[in-house]
Amino acid sequence: MDISLVLAALRRHKIIASLVVLEIAFTCAVICNAGFLIAERIERVQRPSGLAEDSLLRLQLSAAKRGDQDALAQTRTDLAALRAIPGVQSATVVSQIPYGDSSSNSGVNLRQDQDAPTLDASVYLASPEALPTLGLSLVAGRDFSAQDYIDWQPGTAPGEINIPTAIITQATADRLFPQGNAVGRQFYSWGSQPTQVVGVVERLTRPSETDDPSSMEYSMIFPVSVPYTSGANFLVRTQPGQRDNVLEQATAALRESGPPRIFGLNNGSIESLRDRYYRNDKAMAWLLALICVSLLVITVAGIVGLASFWVQQRTRAIGIRRALGATRVQILRYFQTENLLLTLGGSLLGALLAVALNLLLMQFYEVPRLPAAYLLLGLAVLVPLGQLAILQPALKASRMEPATATRSA
Amino acid sequence: MTHTLLFGYYLRMALASLRRNLLLTSLMVVAIGVGIGAAMTTLTVFMVLTNDPLPDRSERVFHPRLDAQDMSGYAPGGEPHDLLTRLDAEQLLREKRGVRQAMMYAGFSVIELDQGDDMPFRQRIRYTSSDFFPMFGVPLQHGQPWSAADDEARARVVVIGADLNQRVFNGGNSVGKLLRINGEQFRVIGVAAPWHPQPTFYDLNREGGFAEADQLFLPFSTSRALRMGFAGNLDCWGEVDKEEGQLGLNSSCAWVQYWVELASAQDAADFRAYLENHSSQQRQNGRYQRPVNVRLDNIPQWLDYKRVVPSDVRLQTWLAFGFLFICLLNTTGLLLAKFLRRAPEIGLRRALGAPRSAVFQQCLVEAGLIGIAGGAFGLLLAWCGLWLVRQQAVGYAALAGMEAGTLFGTFLLALVASLAAAAFPAWRACLVAPASQLKSL
Repeated sequence: MDISLVLAALRRHKIIASLVVLEIAFTCAVICNAGFLIAERIERVQRPSGLAEDSLLRLQLSAAKRGDQDALAQTRTDLAALRAIPGVQSATVVSQIPYGDSSSNSGVNLRQDQDAPTLDASVYLASPEALPTLGLSLVAGRDFSAQDYIDWQPGTAPGEINIPTAIITQATADRLFPQGNAVGRQFYSWGSQPTQVVGVVERLTRPSETDDPSSMEYSMIFPVSVPYTSGANFLVRTQPGQRDNVLEQATAALRESGPPRIFGLNNGSIESLRDRYYRNDKAMAWLLALICVSLLVITVAGIVGLASFWVQQRTRAIGIRRALGATRVQILRYFQTENLLLTLGGSLLGALLAVALNLLLMQFYEVPRLPAAYLLLGLAVLVPLGQLAILQPALKASRMEPATATRSA
Repeated sequence: MTHTLLFGYYLRMALASLRRNLLLTSLMVVAIGVGIGAAMTTLTVFMVLTNDPLPDRSERVFHPRLDAQDMSGYAPGGEPHDLLTRLDAEQLLREKRGVRQAMMYAGFSVIELDQGDDMPFRQRIRYTSSDFFPMFGVPLQHGQPWSAADDEARARVVVIGADLNQRVFNGGNSVGKLLRINGEQFRVIGVAAPWHPQPTFYDLNREGGFAEADQLFLPFSTSRALRMGFAGNLDCWGEVDKEEGQLGLNSSCAWVQYWVELASAQDAADFRAYLENHSSQQRQNGRYQRPVNVRLDNIPQWLDYKRVVPSDVRLQTWLAFGFLFICLLNTTGLLLAKFLRRAPEIGLRRALGAPRSAVFQQCLVEAGLIGIAGGAFGLLLAWCGLWLVRQQAVGYAALAGMEAGTLFGTFLLALVASLAAAAFPAWRACLVAPASQLKSL
């Protein structure tokens, strides 16, 4: 195919050709950026929390009357009632959970007289059976033993009690002790006495986002039994497939095991909390996808519309070329090449626009730099779609008889 | 007269032309409709989020901030904490430098009903001081708000919202009735009419400022005397009160929301000077460690600083308008093709004496028709889009509805957009020389 022929023809339709190129370029710029944003959201939504999410239930209670009971003893009674339910593997109480509403954080120092903390970690206060219930996998050291646990005393301020032992996440361990071997090492966080690391778990994310995404897995677990009245979470690990049955029984068991209490509004599976937590990300990803698809449809429809117009306008030219011996395939190839040039030009210009758009977005929103691979996204989508769009008008042109083409002029 | 006649003629011509190539016409209508639909949906959400909660006074109701924290984590030029310490808030309230001022925080309480065997229920509660009601313009159906003397006396009085009044007392004038909160009896002193500023600028903690309306108000002083429960943000850095804990008067904790109404927006400079003076005094007596660093934001500035419009929504709005732009580019290309295809016809009309302006006008009438049809389609899409938005479980979702303004705005945007898209093709069309095209006819 002689490209110079195509270019010569395009030069005669400069305005329409440049409009097509512009439209493709803008579409390409939006698609590259939107595709990247979608991928980012998907990555976020799929981020593991470290929990055995599919078999976990969370229940929250609050006291209807204040101070008329020993809340910690009642919490233990409640836990025993939960563990007695058939289908329950284990149960525990933790002060906070991933995807939950509350989050407590504390600075972690390696020396007591440090100016600024080495890192800021989220603090999980956990009762016995926390590791197996949450489904955390221990990669070094040991789980807490019975004598590690401390009872939460009413009136104590968080951060003021001494914590002799703790389990930390791998990410926290790597940051605190880059040389490895975190087990047995010490740090300062709560109270004035050092805390010794007894175990390292693979992963446990913070309850919610912080400004620094790399700190998402900085968590530590302190062996502190907290009462349910502090807004703590009962967590119940069920046997596979038993989760929904157990929820009803657990609610009933808690109702019977103590005085009348008020049940939290979001009691249920961790998965339902997770869905709630990520609902905005999912909505945004769908919206972006919808915009991309609509853009592609509109752009392809525009290409079809303009191509049909072109074919009609060039009826005579096609007829003459056919009469002079051009084959149908040559006519078909002519329109395909023309389209290829337009979409290629548009996508390349679009890649530049995509970078510009990304830089613009980075100024106003928390958007990372567009990876180079995404610049090819527009090319990879728009060139094949352009060829698809041109096929019908081009075939129509190629089917034109030389005689009819000349006659109609 | 001739003008209307001519317009009618253009209209008939345009309709005939549009009918001649239905596929191309519907393509343009759909392109404009989809673009308009996306733009109007996101714009409506954006307008909901940028709503002015107190339009008659938002410029002169201010939120002061003081940098009372210790030096740990100090960065020069940083923003002071969002909340005040109780000690600062109580002092500012006592000194009354504004026209009205109120301190406040939120919590949860348990309400027990005396009659019937209904279960006790948890109720969100706002603890505040007496100026809250006149300062924010809370309308009262029955009774009145409590007075500064009630604040002083730690009176056991409450103002209840219309919904809570309905739930507990079946509506009506409930002034004087008793309500049992956390086991203590409180007397209803006022019943508020439905009042729901959105965003709830004075407390943006829940649902980004679009949670349900407050229904129970109780004096701040009373709430601390009874050690009532706290819900919100609390940051402590130094000594904590041994007896009352973190919420104690002398605890180094920031947790109190504070608002002040000034006579006019111009008084802000004086009030800021007063805050700076207060800060330097606190520094002198050793309570503050950081350099003087105060802020005084009115409601729009505060909502802007707190980014009440989520960045996702801003991004969405920009994207939708970018999308509309691409749709218009598409329409421009198609219109250009369409008009130029009629070049022979235009050349004939020009040769017969039609001025350029007539050709231009006729092209615009045709584009306007496409715009109106596109607007109608866009309206349908925006209606669907807003329905989808309302299905989302976010606080502002319920407010994203279609109003008369949206309706009007959609058509206006569609018309303007289609005319803008048609301007260039119409200009090209009226450049067609009268004679040049006649040869090829």
